[in-house]
Amino acid sequence: MKAILRRPEIITLLLLLIAFGISAVGTPSFLDARYLLKISSPHMEIGVMALAMTFVIISGNIDLSVASGLALIVVCSARLFEAGVPMQWVMVLAILMGIILGLFNGLLITKLGLPSLTVTLGTLALYRGLAQRLLGDRSIGNFPSWFVRVDNVKAFGLIPAPLIIFLVLALIFGIILHKMVFGRCVYAIGTNEPGARFSGLQVDRAKLSIFVLSGLMMAVGALMMMSRLAIARFDHAPGYELSVITAVVLGGTDIFGGRGSIIGTVLALFLLMIVQQGMILQGISAETQLTVTGSLLVVSVILANLTGKLSTRTPAPKRPAANPSGGELKHA
Amino acid sequence: MLKRSLGLLLVTLFTFTLTSCNKSAPPFMVYIPKNTGNPYFDPMVDGFAQAAKEANVSFEQVAPATADATSQLPLIEAQVQRGVKVIAISPNSPDALNETFKEAMAKGVTVICVDSDLTGNEKYRTAGVLPTDPEMVGRGQIELLGSLIDYKGKIAILSATTDAPNQNEWIKWMKEALKDAKYKDMQLVDVVYGDDQPEKSTTEAQALLTKYPDLKGIISPTTVGVAACAQVVESANKASQIAVTGLGTPNQMRRFVTDGTVKAFALWSPKDEGYVAGNLGIALANGKVKPEAGAKFTAGTMGERTFRDKGVVITGPPVAFTKDNIDQFHF
Repeated sequence: MKAILRRPEIITLLLLLIAFGISAVGTPSFLDARYLLKISSPHMEIGVMALAMTFVIISGNIDLSVASGLALIVVCSARLFEAGVPMQWVMVLAILMGIILGLFNGLLITKLGLPSLTVTLGTLALYRGLAQRLLGDRSIGNFPSWFVRVDNVKAFGLIPAPLIIFLVLALIFGIILHKMVFGRCVYAIGTNEPGARFSGLQVDRAKLSIFVLSGLMMAVGALMMMSRLAIARFDHAPGYELSVITAVVLGGTDIFGGRGSIIGTVLALFLLMIVQQGMILQGISAETQLTVTGSLLVVSVILANLTGKLSTRTPAPKRPAANPSGGELKHA
Repeated sequence: MLKRSLGLLLVTLFTFTLTSCNKSAPPFMVYIPKNTGNPYFDPMVDGFAQAAKEANVSFEQVAPATADATSQLPLIEAQVQRGVKVIAISPNSPDALNETFKEAMAKGVTVICVDSDLTGNEKYRTAGVLPTDPEMVGRGQIELLGSLIDYKGKIAILSATTDAPNQNEWIKWMKEALKDAKYKDMQLVDVVYGDDQPEKSTTEAQALLTKYPDLKGIISPTTVGVAACAQVVESANKASQIAVTGLGTPNQMRRFVTDGTVKAFALWSPKDEGYVAGNLGIALANGKVKPEAGAKFTAGTMGERTFRDKGVVITGPPVAFTKDNIDQFHF
């Protein structure tokens, strides 16, 4: 029991339950399963990218370019479609583009040994800039009807496809991260990269794979968004990289790497969704919404930090007092 | 343990903040501006509120934090879910919201676009309310300047660029208006172009003053130009001899109006626009009017308005800003 309580995701889960309760009490129209499921779709686009971002952050890196990459894939796909490429092929090419964008980030980071923060800060601007150059201020639409409104495709007439896509991907990512060798490698790199290298792990190859994974999820998000909005624009997903990172960090993943879980990210994504929708339904102003989301993040980080300290402190009463702050050591 | 209780306390506080904002019945009408903290939309909201008050229906406004293409989307969906009857919106995109509007309208919600329309996608909204039209601007400018110079004397126009479509459309209607017998003593001597750059506009305005020593008035239907003209006339100490007017924003022109350099200038009134749109939304939702070309409805105290093609309603001629009313406007 104590072990469960010490897990950082538990705070996310508690907050999720509280937020759900408040929203339900506050607005009668909130407790409408159909509505909750319907509005989940845009959040799932953030969600799929957050799954890959969980890998990125656990490995001690960051990918700031996800939203810009998504926009670039959207724009390129739409241009290809406009040029007469059938939509099925556009979808395949979109996935390929995602891999290329991720590969570009990854190669700069591993081959040139540059920090991921700097590289992806650059591609954040680069990808968005390219998207705008390619499409300007106009929009491309008129996609085939089988492609648009994936969020209106519902299992049992209730569960929208984006939610299912997200949950299936979450399961796959969860298995990879928690049950497979590659997942352990991700944790090892995040905990101690030189150590992982000296232990004979293929650190560069793993990092490259992680960024390709992130690019792949940009493509999945791009296709989901393009389908939902039935329109392509360069300014799709503005500033969403922060929403993606927020979901991951709120889910208990340590921004310094080495700690985190897929279930935490999934819970945090739903928490953010419930809190935001609850507030929108209650007509709370945009400024207050930002304040609440911000406070939520701060509170959860503080709590996670406290439980983190608790968990490092409790099992080691015999440890000498030389390292009183627990987790600090691994950042050095 | 103390720290942990502190954390719990924070969560509890957060809980109370949320619950205290509890609202019950959905409003009849909601207006969604482009973004929050944009003073242009404040008078528009006032106009809506006034229309709602007069019709005795409830009204609220909600705004997204940013003005990007899809930021209004969750707000629209939430309002539909709450069960509002009318959604009035100044859309941030002419097409990104189409699918959401379609669903809202399928659920019986009246969707009205205000200030900017879904050009080319008009079928995704019930009706559109636009500030004014080129003919009203053109004729209105000539009348405004005429009233300042007793309808007599040489006048000139300082425009933006030579190929700006709206400018040329307005100038065309100004020339059309001048054919009217009322303005027979007003003579348009020149049209010059300041390219919407302060320096070029200033140079062109100075050139006008030199070239036509007996010039009576300048119309500059662009915010940059009208401010430059006012500055030139003020510096030349000719405010009593040359009347400057045009299209400008109150904040930009306040100084010149207060010190008497400019007696009057014009722009559409966002408040009137909100008032007309509010009345229209209520009338449409109550089934009192159908958005068909030629159909008429009463926009409260502002009188009757007629639908144009594609469900467009024009608010009215631009409003003149003078020393007497400029302090009511802050955009």
